[in-house]
Amino acid sequence: MSDITLVNLSLIILLLPIFGFTILIFFGKRFPKLYLLETTFLGIAFVLAAIIGFVKLGTLTEHTIIFQFTWIDFGKLPLFGHLKFILGVKIDNLTAIMLLVVTLISFLVHVYSIGYMHGDKRFSRYYAYLGLFSFSMLGIVLTHNLLTLYIFWELVGLSSYLLIGFWFEKKSAADAGKKAFLVNRVGDIGMFLGILILFTNYHTFTYDSIFAAIGAGHLPFNSPAWLTAAGILLFMGAVGKSAQFPLHVWLPDAMEGPTPVSALIHAATMVAAGVYMVARIFPMLTADALLVIALVGGFTSFLAATIAITQNDIKKVLAYSTISQLGYMVMALGVGSYAYGFFHLVTHAWFKALLFLGSGSVIQAMHHEQDIRQMGGLRKKMPITYYTFLVATLAISGVPFFSGFLSKDGLLLGTYAFGSLTGHILIPIFGFTVVVLTAFYMFRLVIITFHGEPRNQEKYDHAKESPKVMTIPLIVLAVLSFFFWYSPNPFSSESGWFISKWIPTPHSVVPENMRFNFMKTAGEAAGHVQNGGEAIVHSPMYMEALHHAHYPAMILSILLAALGIFLAYWIYQWKKVDPDMLADRFNWLYKFSLNKWYFDELYHATFVAGTVGLGKVLAWFDSNIVDGVVNGAAWVTRKVSQFSGAFDHYVVDGLVNFSAFASGFLGLVLKKFQTGKVQTYVVFVVFSVLILLLIFRPF
Amino acid sequence: MIHVSLTHYLVVSAFLFSFGLYGVVTRKNAVMVLMGIELILNSANINFVAFSKFGNYGLNGQIMALFVIILAAAEAAIALAIVLNIYKTFAHVDVDKINNLKE
Repeated sequence: MSDITLVNLSLIILLLPIFGFTILIFFGKRFPKLYLLETTFLGIAFVLAAIIGFVKLGTLTEHTIIFQFTWIDFGKLPLFGHLKFILGVKIDNLTAIMLLVVTLISFLVHVYSIGYMHGDKRFSRYYAYLGLFSFSMLGIVLTHNLLTLYIFWELVGLSSYLLIGFWFEKKSAADAGKKAFLVNRVGDIGMFLGILILFTNYHTFTYDSIFAAIGAGHLPFNSPAWLTAAGILLFMGAVGKSAQFPLHVWLPDAMEGPTPVSALIHAATMVAAGVYMVARIFPMLTADALLVIALVGGFTSFLAATIAITQNDIKKVLAYSTISQLGYMVMALGVGSYAYGFFHLVTHAWFKALLFLGSGSVIQAMHHEQDIRQMGGLRKKMPITYYTFLVATLAISGVPFFSGFLSKDGLLLGTYAFGSLTGHILIPIFGFTVVVLTAFYMFRLVIITFHGEPRNQEKYDHAKESPKVMTIPLIVLAVLSFFFWYSPNPFSSESGWFISKWIPTPHSVVPENMRFNFMKTAGEAAGHVQNGGEAIVHSPMYMEALHHAHYPAMILSILLAALGIFLAYWIYQWKKVDPDMLADRFNWLYKFSLNKWYFDELYHATFVAGTVGLGKVLAWFDSNIVDGVVNGAAWVTRKVSQFSGAFDHYVVDGLVNFSAFASGFLGLVLKKFQTGKVQTYVVFVVFSVLILLLIFRPF
Repeated sequence: MIHVSLTHYLVVSAFLFSFGLYGVVTRKNAVMVLMGIELILNSANINFVAFSKFGNYGLNGQIMALFVIILAAAEAAIALAIVLNIYKTFAHVDVDKINNLKE
């Protein structure tokens, strides 16, 4: 299949959902069955994505397809140079895989929503928003430049906002939508600045052109610090979108949206867009930027995992779990474990979407009860939900034979090697601690929800398994959470096609002295693995460290996961220790975790209060200073006009009146001479003649 | 004996003119004003004749004086006609009171 065919197919995939959105927005109310059209569109999109994936990953593995055209050409501009905007599509293996992930999850969520959202009064609009989201997300995946990336980035933010606040009658939902939008904006400002730094210097938005320019030795503003700054600023966008510390606060609140939306947007795809973006700009990240990214990711994963272990809302647990796993991916990219970071994105997308859809199934069965303390014993009532949920839990906990183990093991290996090579052991410590915590809180969730005795008998009696339209997507996703899709060996993905063939680590283009030691190009090329046409270039040192770390890291991660699972069983299944007693014993730790490290309170006290305070100061300034100036101006104007009025009244009018008076007076005087008596005139004439004679006397 | 020179004539003429003018200016009766005008005209005639006698102008002065006499006669005729009409309208000939146009 030729390149142009693939590009056309990808554009059809991109446009199908927005086409559905347009139709649904305009005609959705009149034809309530139109959601089937949107679902069909996504189905077609998935089939097309599968074709692209098959062709691209199967036969064109080493080939990157780029289709671009000049959108606007402004020609040469003074003070700037040649200004033109090039838009385009880039299809490499990353794109092909993401297309599959996005279209399939989106399709499954569309199908699932038929059951879950049944009877909602804004059903058509819900599907329209899903279409808008799918379009925007596919745009992020397909675009080959930062400009359209940013546009689609904002569009997913918009659709996320619309869907979080979908039930806007609920104040909490409306507030959550607003919060998500505003918090994301903070990150997007940074991303925008990063894009501007790059555009100002390289006059292009295209990834490859920017990388080529950096690779050729042109640094932004000729300074290495600016390159680091650009990388970190772009990463700020990912911090917002992927809910990394310190902007993670919006994602738990985003759970106010419908559960399928949480599965699609706030677990599998949109929040992964940040990770995808970091993967896209990976070649231009300097060692400093990567370290920041790794620390942010590691800390986020730890922070969220510690919060997740005490939450009682089923969706909140999953939300913090999502943040934690996103932190993992970001951390993996930060430590240079590029392939595993992306790998984890893909595996996480399946099992986290599955977890959310499963929780949606539970929530619906429990009549919109989300508190796990009201659940229990649902295993018997909802076998399909239970077993698929269990598969996803095993996958996220990192149990062998499941996809999560492969990706998690790989990225933990990366952090282990990173720690041993650079001395930043905090990062692997975060990574391995989170393994225990993840296994613990996920099994806590499963045990409390599905095992044991029902805690709320009435709700339990009414609970029943969800309809097929909801369970089939669960089954599909559960199947995708097994290892065999990614690697033939359940204990290592290194030899699997996903890592060794599809996702080659790209060249770093930053100057050598700004890279980590272990990422130096190393001409000796001992670790030079020819891979997918692009060389993965790591120094022998790194390869050796990876090799050394392989078994310790794997065994450690299995043991830690087992420990977490064991603890969960010990406390919640076998009830050897009373969790309430533990909570009392470690009261302040428990409170700290339950209250999410008081981040909301902290932000409320600082940023929100600060903003409100600033607003008040500005209001005072407005009402006193600005209004004062205006009022002062008015006062001065009034005074001036009063003066001017007085001037008019007295001086101008006075002059006019005086002249009138003067003429009148003169007239009065002269009137005396105009007696009407000819004789008087004659006297005047005579005297005048005499006077004239005196003046002009000839003698 | 006193030699009668031009100056004497001119002085007589000046007196005559002054009386005439005085009459014109001071009299209220329109007829008296007309008589003042006659005096002025005659003072002018004396001047004409005197300059004719003492100057090298031939008889031009005398001829001019005849013209003036004729003119004075014509003037008196018209003016008296006007005065008659004034009397008919106002029942008096007081020039001070004929000021209807003033108001």
